[in-house]
Amino acid sequence: MPIQILMPALSPTMEEGKLAKWLIKEGDEITSGKIIAEIETDKATMEVEAVEEGTVGRILVAEGTEGVAVNAPIAVLLAEGEDKSALDKPLPAPVVASASQSSATRTAGASSPSAASSDINANGHAAERMFASPVARRLASEKGIDLRAIKGSGPHGRIVRSDVEEAAASGSAKPAVSPGQALVPSNKSALSGVAMPDNQIIATYEQGSFESVPHDNMRKTIAARLVQAKQSIPHFYLTIDCELDALLEARQRLNMRSPKDEDKAYRLSVNDFIIKAMGLALRRVPKANATWTEENMLYHKHSDVAVAVAVEGGLFTPVIRNVESKSLVEISRQMRDLADRARRRRLAPHEYQGGTTAISNLGMFGIRQFDAVINPPQATILAVGQGEKRPVVKGDKIVAVTMMTVTLSCDHRVVDGALGAQLLSAFKSHIEEPVTMLL
Amino acid sequence: MTDTAYDLVVIGAGPGGYVAAIRAAQLGMKTAVIEREHLGGICLNWGCIPAKALLRSAEAFHLMRRADEFGLTAEGVGFNLEKIVARSRAVSKKLAGGVGYLLKKNKVTVIDGTAKLKTAGVVTVTNKDGKPLPEISAKHIIIATGARARTLPGLEAGNRLIWTYKQALVADTMPKSLLVVGSGAIGIEFASFFNTLGAKTTVIEVLDRVLPTEDAEISALARKAFERQGMTIHTGAKVDALKAGFGSVNASLQLADGQSETLTVDRVILAVGITGNVEGLGLEELGVKVEHGHIVTGDFGETGVPGVYAIGDVAGAPWLAHKASHEAIICVEKIAGLPDIHPLDAQNIPGCTYCTPQVASVGLSETAAKEAGYEVRVGRFPFQANGKAIALGEPDGLVKTVFDAKTGALLGAHMIGAEVTEMIQGYAIGKTLETTEAELMHTVFPHPTLSEAMHEATLDHQGKQA
Repeated sequence: MPIQILMPALSPTMEEGKLAKWLIKEGDEITSGKIIAEIETDKATMEVEAVEEGTVGRILVAEGTEGVAVNAPIAVLLAEGEDKSALDKPLPAPVVASASQSSATRTAGASSPSAASSDINANGHAAERMFASPVARRLASEKGIDLRAIKGSGPHGRIVRSDVEEAAASGSAKPAVSPGQALVPSNKSALSGVAMPDNQIIATYEQGSFESVPHDNMRKTIAARLVQAKQSIPHFYLTIDCELDALLEARQRLNMRSPKDEDKAYRLSVNDFIIKAMGLALRRVPKANATWTEENMLYHKHSDVAVAVAVEGGLFTPVIRNVESKSLVEISRQMRDLADRARRRRLAPHEYQGGTTAISNLGMFGIRQFDAVINPPQATILAVGQGEKRPVVKGDKIVAVTMMTVTLSCDHRVVDGALGAQLLSAFKSHIEEPVTMLL
Repeated sequence: MTDTAYDLVVIGAGPGGYVAAIRAAQLGMKTAVIEREHLGGICLNWGCIPAKALLRSAEAFHLMRRADEFGLTAEGVGFNLEKIVARSRAVSKKLAGGVGYLLKKNKVTVIDGTAKLKTAGVVTVTNKDGKPLPEISAKHIIIATGARARTLPGLEAGNRLIWTYKQALVADTMPKSLLVVGSGAIGIEFASFFNTLGAKTTVIEVLDRVLPTEDAEISALARKAFERQGMTIHTGAKVDALKAGFGSVNASLQLADGQSETLTVDRVILAVGITGNVEGLGLEELGVKVEHGHIVTGDFGETGVPGVYAIGDVAGAPWLAHKASHEAIICVEKIAGLPDIHPLDAQNIPGCTYCTPQVASVGLSETAAKEAGYEVRVGRFPFQANGKAIALGEPDGLVKTVFDAKTGALLGAHMIGAEVTEMIQGYAIGKTLETTEAELMHTVFPHPTLSEAMHEATLDHQGKQA
């Protein structure tokens, strides 16, 4: 009996992904643990290992196919002693999400998903059945609800009328962003939230005066999440100036003590101090270390700080967890590793999901001050400007002091003005007296 | 655990109680059922089943009298009421024995006696002689005591001349004339039986139509059919008084037009609804809520008193054995903590009346659907256009479907005619599966069958906006 290799779920909410690359071809012998393919999800490209061993009998989904549903067969392995004739026995067809069929942004040269499934259907095999009552199906199609996003409450999980009605009432069937995760929206309007259709936008510009580049999954996710953030989170902003001289001095002294031994060497950045200060500030003001849900407030016990890392074509926000209890050196090493892997798009979903706050630092580009958009479900984000010498009045004298301006964006549902101010002043005190970070 | 400690005790062994007990035993609960009279309850002993046995005799008699129509010869066609009743009793006895066997096979303890709840977890039982049996403790108690005929003040029934269903089922004489008070399923079935056997039958109904829970169009067709068979029907009328004489009853009727009429009949059957057996159970002391003679329950039979549940007739309308059995299953499975238990949707419970012609329905009537705010599409198909009905010599009948114009959902189906009680399950399945007209239209119905009328009535609704 040939073994089917199924599209893996690389994160708890992954519903579909792009089969970016095959690393095997038909006829290859593979052993368990061999990397067989690369799958591109909303944010990351992940390698897929073989679980079973055998000979690759047939590749069912062509390289470059987008929107391959989780658990759809993508290839078939022949067990020892089986020959290709075993492939002609019935095998279920891969499930291809409809979203990708309507997508006009298919990679050139890739075979279309519908072609992949019709190959299988030509052998006489039906597509996987969706269990939903007739009335549920009709209601869903009228209301434009994707049945795949609904959990059925009927016998054996069958979707019944009341499930569709509830989904319609709550809007839960639309691609909602659940805590710490990003989903690829299934329709284009949700990407941007803009009512203006594409052809109208294109008509605004002279033909040939632009190059049209299809969105990749990362761009789609960034668009969907930031639209959601700005539309659903009541943002307000608090700005404060921090003196940086003491921190810079502490950093220099610590870095000078770095062991020569390459394994133990470290080089702390200003950003490492900022991460630590933010983690400690959240511990001092625990009410601000919170997340909004429709029913409850989640007060977090640890300070998990996400840090925005710019990469080619977008950004990642890997999370450093339990910042309050980590040393500066630990934070620094972990940050270096996460940033490095983010740039190579080799982060696992759990490494960029969750987080209770975030830091976005544009100081290196000479930005003095800016406002950042909160990354849901986090409640705050700190926008960090550059450290620069500024004239400051101290006593009655004007002195040159290295200053850094930071702006905290707050979700007003979670953090009120005074609470946000407390958090920011706690942050400032750690930055200005870095020795307190040792406590 | 002692011998008298149970996980579940069921009071009453009718179609609710015995099904509950068996299901509980299958799920591994130590179960007892307490019955004061007959295993199988009213349904098996004094209701559905013996009534169907009587009606079968009437049907056969009716066909024999039509022998010539079918090219047959049958001379000296007659009947023996005693034998008809004896056959009906034998059918009940056989089935009641089957219930006893099933309970035993599933290791359910059967206790003969009358139960009373002492507290939420303790039941006392007295036997037929009024002697107390050992107290029983139970984690869960299901009350499934059923119901009995309702009587109206001033119209005392249950004697030699004025019957309830119980006396009517074991009729010792064939009345020459009969007054049936109430035209629900029970009243109409007895009217149909005695009328077919030759009693001059009058039916009186306080509401404006016979079979008042059915779709109005079906009620009207039923009335026409009954009148053609010789019944006298008064709707919007009531009985003021019944005066029992030596061998007959004088009934004072008040008719729809306000006129009074006196009618002398051999026998009267009172069929004015039923009332729950809620007395003597200790419900009031426990705080179990009783309204209009029935225990108030939640979706799964819960009474509000922890550990005490009620199912079937005692828990309210519709008073149908299959409703009681279904409630029994979901109540027990809920107690057992099984997943995915869904409350019974009353709109998916079919109702059947075994008069001639038969009547069966499921879901909303056309009027009820409109009142519920649906925009409806109605389909109809008469038996006169159905080949099998004509071949059977049963061309009187109608199938009517009610669909939601917006979603295509089947809201209700209503039938009158031969064998429709066997056909209604087709629509009941469809309704439970949340069908739309499309699936019914795509279903292949075998030819030639009466069921084809169900297909036609679905096709007919298309484009016909009621």
